[in-house]
Amino acid sequence: MLKIKNLLVSLEEENKQILKGVNLTVAAGKVHTIMGPNGSGKSTLGYVLAGKSGYEVTGGTVELEGRNILEMEPEERAAAGLFLAFQYPVEIPGVGNMTFLRTAVNAQRKARGEEELSAADFLKEIRARAKALKIDADMLKRPVNMGFSGGEKKRNEILQMSMLEPKMCILDETDSGLDVDAMKLVAEGVNALRTSGRSFLVITHYQRLLNHIKPDVVHIMVDGEIVKTGGPDLALAVENNGYADILAEVA
Amino acid sequence: MARLKAKYDLAERLLASAPAGGAKWVHDARTAAAARLREMGAPHRRDEYWKYTDPSALTAATARAAVFEDPAETPPFAGLDRVRIVFVDGVYASDLSSDLSDADVVIEPLADAMEKDTHWANGLYGVLEARGQARVNRPLAALNTARAVEGFTIHVTGRARKPVSFVYIHRDATSDAMIHHVIRLEEGAEVTLLENGPVAARSNIVTEIDIPDTARFNHVRAQGRDHERLCATAIFARLGRESIFKSFTLTVNGKLTRNECVAELTGNDAIAHVAGASAGDGTYHHDDTVFITHDAVNCESRQVFKKVLRNGAAGVFQGKILVQPDAQKTDGYQISQGLLLDEDSIFQAKPELEIYADDVACSHGSTVGAIDEGMIFYLTSRGIPRREAQDMLTFAFLGEAVDEIEDETLADEIREKLAGWISRHSA
Ligand SMILES: Nc1ncnc2c1ncn2[C@@H]1O[C@H](COP(=O)(O)OP(=O)(O)OP(=O)(O)O)[C@@H](O)[C@H]1O
Ligand SMILES: [Mg+2]
Repeated sequence: MLKIKNLLVSLEEENKQILKGVNLTVAAGKVHTIMGPNGSGKSTLGYVLAGKSGYEVTGGTVELEGRNILEMEPEERAAAGLFLAFQYPVEIPGVGNMTFLRTAVNAQRKARGEEELSAADFLKEIRARAKALKIDADMLKRPVNMGFSGGEKKRNEILQMSMLEPKMCILDETDSGLDVDAMKLVAEGVNALRTSGRSFLVITHYQRLLNHIKPDVVHIMVDGEIVKTGGPDLALAVENNGYADILAEVA
Repeated sequence: MARLKAKYDLAERLLASAPAGGAKWVHDARTAAAARLREMGAPHRRDEYWKYTDPSALTAATARAAVFEDPAETPPFAGLDRVRIVFVDGVYASDLSSDLSDADVVIEPLADAMEKDTHWANGLYGVLEARGQARVNRPLAALNTARAVEGFTIHVTGRARKPVSFVYIHRDATSDAMIHHVIRLEEGAEVTLLENGPVAARSNIVTEIDIPDTARFNHVRAQGRDHERLCATAIFARLGRESIFKSFTLTVNGKLTRNECVAELTGNDAIAHVAGASAGDGTYHHDDTVFITHDAVNCESRQVFKKVLRNGAAGVFQGKILVQPDAQKTDGYQISQGLLLDEDSIFQAKPELEIYADDVACSHGSTVGAIDEGMIFYLTSRGIPRREAQDMLTFAFLGEAVDEIEDETLADEIREKLAGWISRHSA
């Protein structure tokens, strides 16, 4: 599904390298997790994959289902099946959540040469999915993320993911700021989307989410590199001992 | 002194051809207005309130030719049940207008009213305009009072069922229009005024509105589609106790537009809301100059002005809240914002507060900025093409001003026009 080879990324503005050769392959239907200390480059990886400006890719390749996505605009990557749930979802005054999501769904359909979803069908879909995530009608009507609590914003990210049905889902700390019940809702939302054709890259600091979303592979990112890869046990080890052992090991 | 002399010479020249006819009260009003203009001189770039807007095209001897290309687009308010009053190049066209006797407000062409020895407009015509000159010179409005023969007098005695709608058609390439409306409501009366159309190659429109105790006046105006328009408008409103004045203007295109609004809150618990959404692409200069005076207790005023500018377009906002010593419990709010879609465009704002009462809540803010790249990334990362994302944000930005319109049907009319403009000017 996703093949990242020796990815090197610097900031465009300053001469600072953030990703220092990331190698990562996620097979179709698999759930991978990335953990790592603050500032190690996890969000940067998500942003670069989604096509955010301000970063310069100085080396390496990224393929999504065999297509080089680094040359694509963010909207093309989205239409190709990539989705990033933001660590800090953006508030957009004046743009209704519903309008936003319908525009997004139909823009992707159009880009893929599919028929647009009618207003009625869209409404039916979104209502059902919002209900499962306990997002009420009022939140759908409000401007995108405006006045949403931290947890509501995260649930809104999952709602978008659920409506857009991407192939490659990147979740950047979707669990942070969630209460225990909301975490379960989000995990259920993710698990409901798990199919053999859809992959996940879950960035998190905590083992707790992984109790609900069982990862196949766990990676540890330190200072712009994946320094260790293992099974679910690796996340447990981090939870119990922090990164000290791993850092010592790779040093 | 040479410069100053030019200002007064120009005033003389502007006043050169006095209109014929008119009753004595009209003659008196014109003479007084001419004296005001002579006193203050014609507008000049050196004047405090013309610093950001060059008035010379508005006072040139003739109107620069402006061809209006009919875009064959349905004008706003077309589907509404309304009293339609049509002007062609600034001249009332009765054959194109509704039957005025059917309206539940008393509507009379200004020219007819001016021939009557006694008319209620005596005591209002030029009077609110003159009051509006107290703190800031408004020479074009004084000129208008001294020279206008076109326009309407409207007397509203109850709650008008249908809006009164001025439709300004532009046909002649060099038409130069001077229009003056006088509107008087009775206590508790209510009316909605709609205005749309390109007017003329150059136009000067003054509207005086007397809104006594508990009366309500709603105004929605769409200035659009004509790229070459030169236009100056001035609204003078006087508000009584518990009265409400709400005015919204959408401006798209036009070479030069200066919209002045002067509102005086003279009775307790009155409310004045003035808002504007403006969008310009290329040779576009748009100026909102607003002056709100609080002269009574517990009044509320609100100014919301938003402008989107691209390809060298210029936006100006000069907004003032004056709170007189006795105007305690004043709630005054003002926001002006410019969204620049490129680095060639410019937005200049001059917010002013002058407060003499101590128990007041007044706030003002002004921002100017480019489109937010963080928002663009969020939208595009969901699959929305950049151009569409930018249009959504542009629409949302101006939409906050459109939201000031109370009547949802009218707000939707404006939103439709705005969306049309944004999609035509998308890049
Ligand atoms: N636009 C930017 N400007 C300046 N520094 C940046 C920028 N983007 C990222 N960085 C820096 O790059 C490093 C990696 O940041 P990133 O947000 O990817 O870390 P992270 O692993 O997601 O951290 P956290 O766990 O705290 O979310 C940090 O040192 C950060 O300060
Ligand atoms: Mg991060």
